[in-house]
Amino acid sequence: MNAGFRPDFDPRDPLGIDDELTTEQLAVRESVRALCRDRVGPYVGDWFERGELPAARELARELGKLGVLGMHLDGYGCAGMSAVDYGVACEELEACDSGLRSLVSVQGSLAMFAIWRWGSEEQKQYWLPSMAAGETIGCFGLTEPDHGSDPASMRTSARRDGTDWVLNGRKMWITNGTIADVAVVWATTEEGIRGFVVPTGTPGFSAPEIHHKLSLRASVTSELVLDEVRLPQDAVLPEVVGLRGPLSCLNEARYGIVWGANGAAHSCLRAALDYSTTREQFGKPLAGHQLTQSKLADMAVRVHNGRLLALHLGRRKDEGKLLPQQVSFGKLDNVRGALEVARTARTVLGANGISLEYPVMRHMTNLESVLTYEGTSEMHALTIGAAMTGVQAFRD
Amino acid sequence: MNIVVLVKQVPDTWSERKLSDSDHTLDRASADAVLDEINERAVEEALLAKEAHGGEVTALCMGPERATEAIRKALSMGADKAVHLSDEALHGTDAVGTAKALAKVVGTLESVDMIIAGNESTDGRSGAVPAMLAELLGWPQLTYARSLSLDGSTVTIERETDAGVTSVRAELPAVVSVTEKINEPRYPSFKGIMAAKKKPVSTLTLADAGIDAGEVGLSGALTQMVSSAPAPPKEAGQQVTDEGDGGTRIVEFLSGKNLV
Ligand SMILES: Cc1cc2nc3c(=O)[nH]c(=O)nc-3n(C[C@H](O)[C@H](O)[C@H](O)COP(=O)(O)OP(=O)(O)OC[C@H]3O[C@@H](n4cnc5c(N)ncnc54)[C@H](O)[C@@H]3O)c2cc1C
Repeated sequence: MNAGFRPDFDPRDPLGIDDELTTEQLAVRESVRALCRDRVGPYVGDWFERGELPAARELARELGKLGVLGMHLDGYGCAGMSAVDYGVACEELEACDSGLRSLVSVQGSLAMFAIWRWGSEEQKQYWLPSMAAGETIGCFGLTEPDHGSDPASMRTSARRDGTDWVLNGRKMWITNGTIADVAVVWATTEEGIRGFVVPTGTPGFSAPEIHHKLSLRASVTSELVLDEVRLPQDAVLPEVVGLRGPLSCLNEARYGIVWGANGAAHSCLRAALDYSTTREQFGKPLAGHQLTQSKLADMAVRVHNGRLLALHLGRRKDEGKLLPQQVSFGKLDNVRGALEVARTARTVLGANGISLEYPVMRHMTNLESVLTYEGTSEMHALTIGAAMTGVQAFRD
Repeated sequence: MNIVVLVKQVPDTWSERKLSDSDHTLDRASADAVLDEINERAVEEALLAKEAHGGEVTALCMGPERATEAIRKALSMGADKAVHLSDEALHGTDAVGTAKALAKVVGTLESVDMIIAGNESTDGRSGAVPAMLAELLGWPQLTYARSLSLDGSTVTIERETDAGVTSVRAELPAVVSVTEKINEPRYPSFKGIMAAKKKPVSTLTLADAGIDAGEVGLSGALTQMVSSAPAPPKEAGQQVTDEGDGGTRIVEFLSGKNLV
């Protein structure tokens, strides 16, 4: 590299953050981007409009072939990539659609991670390779109709009957539920909260789809109904008792959202930038009006600060130094920021901003779910608040 | 089955391509460079053949230093190793010089059964290199393949041109060029991307490959680009207002252009 060589300003990467990524990370991005461009991008607006994910299985297999599913886990057919690699992939997936990223997060960071981290060797051998390949789809049931932010008070229960376990209860808002082959379900037991690996064909288990969503429409969201679901002894995740189990999984998925939400924001910014340079009003491109430029500059600052934050957290995760409070910081800021960007981008597109012909409104309504799931923005603010003050405000 | 795939780094067809003002060669710095799309299909076809018949796939690339990106892509798709012919003196080499240089490099490789290339590159589009390479090696050439099958010692292709489809068979070793209809290339998987880091890439200079510097480069080129100009903008279309005779007038228009 010749000294003093300065690359040109790149509107897609104004801070030159790509220089911080390795050749392999750029290749990971390229592969995910190509898959999204060919297999999802042309169809996702239509899926969203119909409120369906018709090709979920095929898509899962494609993602599996690439190595996306459980990519940051080691062994058992997983790709064994770094946290930054995983982040880069999430960023691209969500630049396409938050529903696609949700499918991947739930599969890899929630369902697979739960088994990988807290499962027995037999459970890992049995489930992980086919989940990594996308042959088996997983879901993760923590939230209940009456217990969302406060999962510790969940009502779904598991009781022992001889050597078997019998599960009863309901889970709500469960991504991938209806299409899942296996559900990781958290339930209270005499010992405390425990995780169960439930094949969805087990009698007493059903997963009706939730309709009437105005967000994450290209994603399957379901209720899980557990009515005397009888499981063998070895269905329980042996290595964890207590809320630590599900929270450890959420922490993984939240980390992916830090990158993902920002990818959605970047997509909105790109759409606004494109639009503003081609659409003319008052005899010049929208981009030529100062208010538009101010919006574009603000959006660029938001998006690329968000990328810096994501990269920083990713590096800490790879060094084993990432704290849950730092993940809360990232999720709070990047999702909130992404929503701001999406709303601003929407105004730049005028009436076209509300159309599914452009990605902006789709991202914007998707991000409303992203703001709520994996810990609401309020819960993350309270987590940071508690860490800063030493006073817990969310519980008496 | 040892297969050599020719890969080339070209400017992304999505970005604006420019010729340099001084010597009318491609200004390779001005556009994003990628592995030529058609080469991805050539690599895919080589990998399919390897998966069915065993053997090894070698990516062969002639190009400047930054062509390593195209090589890495071929390796991450699954090629086993790569040879990169890279030398300052190659700048401006024409199609004949390219074929000569590639033939020399192929000569340094052991027991090559088949060479697969794209039928033409998306930048230069001379489309002549595979045929010239076959000629120089004295091997059969099977060009414009839309499908390829291997059977022990022979290769058979369906050759598709504007005139029709023919089935062509030849003894190995042979040179095959493929069209964009041949397959859908795979995306490099993450495992492939990580494995590519450890795959051997040998970089050869002209001297290493025994290539005579006089036969390549701008000075060795048999043809010279003396000027270049952008294609004129497309003329505005002709509008036909349908006054009941629209069909007839469209047919008249088309037959006037020998299209029907
Ligand atoms: C599309 C979608 C997919 C989802 N996928 C899954 C999934 O796969 N698996 C799963 O288990 N869950 C999933 N969820 C559920 C999600 O995690 C919950 O919705 C979330 O945890 C919030 O719970 P709640 O909706 O019950 O809201 P509530 O907990 O009832 O909260 C309502 C509001 O009150 C606020 N609030 C609550 N407690 C406090 C407090 N102490 N102090 C201040 N404010 C408070 C919240 O921040 C929020 O603003 C999904 C949700 C959606 C929308």
